[in-house]
Amino acid sequence: MRHLLSTQDLSLHDAIRILDTAEEMAAVGEREVKKLPALRGRTVVNLFFEDSTRTRISFEAAAKRLSADVINFAAKGSSVSKGESLKDTAQTLAAMGADAVVIRHWASGAPHRLAATDWIDAAVINAGDGTHEHPTQALLDAFTMRRHWSKLAGTPSAGADLKGMRVAIAGDVLHSRVARSNVWLLRTLGAEVTLVAPPTLLPIGVEKWPCAVSFDLDETLAQGVDAMMMLRVQGERMNASFFPTTREYSRRWGFDDNRLRALDSLGLKDTIIMHPGPMNRGLEISAAAADSPRSTVLAQVRNGVSIRMAALYLLLSGENREPAPAPVPASVSASAAHAANPNLTHSHQESH
Amino acid sequence: MILTRVVLNQADIDRALTRIAHEILEANKGSQDLVLLGIPRRGYPLAVRLAAKIAAADPTVDASAIVGQLDVTMFRDDLSHQPTRPPYPTQLPRTGIDNKVVVLIDDVLYSGRTIRAALDAIIDLGRPRIVRLAVLIDRGHRELPIRADHVGKNLPTSSSEKVRVRLEETDSVDGAPVNEVVIEATA
Repeated sequence: MRHLLSTQDLSLHDAIRILDTAEEMAAVGEREVKKLPALRGRTVVNLFFEDSTRTRISFEAAAKRLSADVINFAAKGSSVSKGESLKDTAQTLAAMGADAVVIRHWASGAPHRLAATDWIDAAVINAGDGTHEHPTQALLDAFTMRRHWSKLAGTPSAGADLKGMRVAIAGDVLHSRVARSNVWLLRTLGAEVTLVAPPTLLPIGVEKWPCAVSFDLDETLAQGVDAMMMLRVQGERMNASFFPTTREYSRRWGFDDNRLRALDSLGLKDTIIMHPGPMNRGLEISAAAADSPRSTVLAQVRNGVSIRMAALYLLLSGENREPAPAPVPASVSASAAHAANPNLTHSHQESH
Repeated sequence: MILTRVVLNQADIDRALTRIAHEILEANKGSQDLVLLGIPRRGYPLAVRLAAKIAAADPTVDASAIVGQLDVTMFRDDLSHQPTRPPYPTQLPRTGIDNKVVVLIDDVLYSGRTIRAALDAIIDLGRPRIVRLAVLIDRGHRELPIRADHVGKNLPTSSSEKVRVRLEETDSVDGAPVNEVVIEATA
C-alpha cells in the first residue's frame, strides 16, 4: 500500500490490517504517555483546500502521536488564493521534503491526480475529495461498527470483519463522499448496506452500487438495522431545491425522537446511531438521538485518531515503498510552462 | 544448500527454562514484585512458560497475574529499513509495572536493538524499580552495550548463520508441535 485514496480498491486483507493496527493505536491513546516514536523525523503535510475541523485536527493529532512533524496548509490565506496551481503547490511541498500529504480538495479526483503524477514523491492520503471519497472516515466508521459488533458477539475485534451486520445510511447520499466510501468498504467487510434518501438526493447510477436503496426510512428500520448512519445535509453544495422544506425533510428522512422511540418498540435494543459530523441538529438528527446512549458520534471522533495513526504508520514505515513512477515525458506533461523546463521536476525528485 | 543443525531439543529448552526460572527467583530473593514481560512473538510464550515454572517453585505466585506482553514494534530504529510490521498488542499485568522488578524475556539476543526498543517502550508505560533481561539464546554480535542477566544457552555463531527458535505456541510443522532451536547455515 503506497497511497490511501479510495476504499473501492482496498482489499479485505488491507482493510482488516488497517483496522487491527488501529486497535493497537487505540490502546496507546489510553496510556499516560500517548506518544510513539515510530515516525520520528518524518514530515506530514495537511493540505486542506476546503474547510474542515475534525478531520484536520484528527490527522494532526495522529501524526503528532507518532512523533512526525506536522505542517498545516490551508488554502485560505495561502498562495492558492493568488492563483497557484495544485502542481506548483505540490512541488513546493516536495521541495520542503514532505513524506506524506494529507489532502482535502473540493475537486473530486485531486488526490488521485497528486498520487498518479511525479509532482511529489510522497504518500498521499485522501482526506475527502469533492463528492467522491473519504476513505479514513469510512475506516473509522467500520472500526466503530466492528467494536460494537464483536462486543455483541463476545469475541475479540482483532481480525474480525462485519459479516451479517445490517447498516442503513440515510440522508444526502448525492453529495456525500462518506456514503460512497462506506458503501465500498462495508461491502468488502461483508456488511449489508441500505441507502435511504429522497430520490432527488441519490446519484445517477446508484442502482449499480453494491447496496440496496430505499426511499422510506421507517420501512428500512422496521426490517431491522444494526447501525443507523445519518448523513449531513450539505447545504453548501446544494445549488438547486432537492426537497421542499427542511421540516418535510426532517419528518420523512431525519432521525427524530419518534424514530428513536421506534427503535425500542421494534426490539432493536443494540442498534447504534452514527453521524460523521458536523451535525445539523433538528434536521437530519434530533438532539435526543444525537445525545442518546445509542449515539457513537464521540466514539467515532476518538476512533478517527486511531485509524489515522494506523494509516500514517502503515504508509510511512517500511522499506517496501515503491520507487516513484518515471517522469512523464515533456510532450505529454499537462502544464506547458513546466513542459518547457522538465528539469524542474527532476531537481525536486533528487532532493528527496 | 542450507545445513540445519538442532542445538536445543524440547527437553533442553525445558531444562534451560527451569534453570532460568530458579535464577530469576534467586536474583530477586523470592517472587516479590516480579513481572515477566515477553516480547512478541516468541518471547511471550517463553514468558508464560517461565511464569508457570516460577509458580510451581513458589505456590504463593499466580502465574497469570505476573506475566504480560510488551510490543516494541513502534520503538524500533529500523522501521524504515524493514518491511512494514503490524504492531502486536501490549498487555500488562493488572498490577502495572511501577516499582516492580520487570524481567524482559525474548527468544534470541543478537544485536541488542530489540532490547533497546523494549527499554524505551517500558519507560513510556511506567517506572519499574529494576529491569532485567532473560533470553533463551545469546548468539553474540552485539551492536549496543546490552547484556542478558539470565541466558538459556550461549551459542557462538557466525553472522551469516541463522538461529531459529520454534515453539509449539507460535510455530508448528503441518500441525505437529515443535520445540527446538536450530542453526541454519548456507554451505
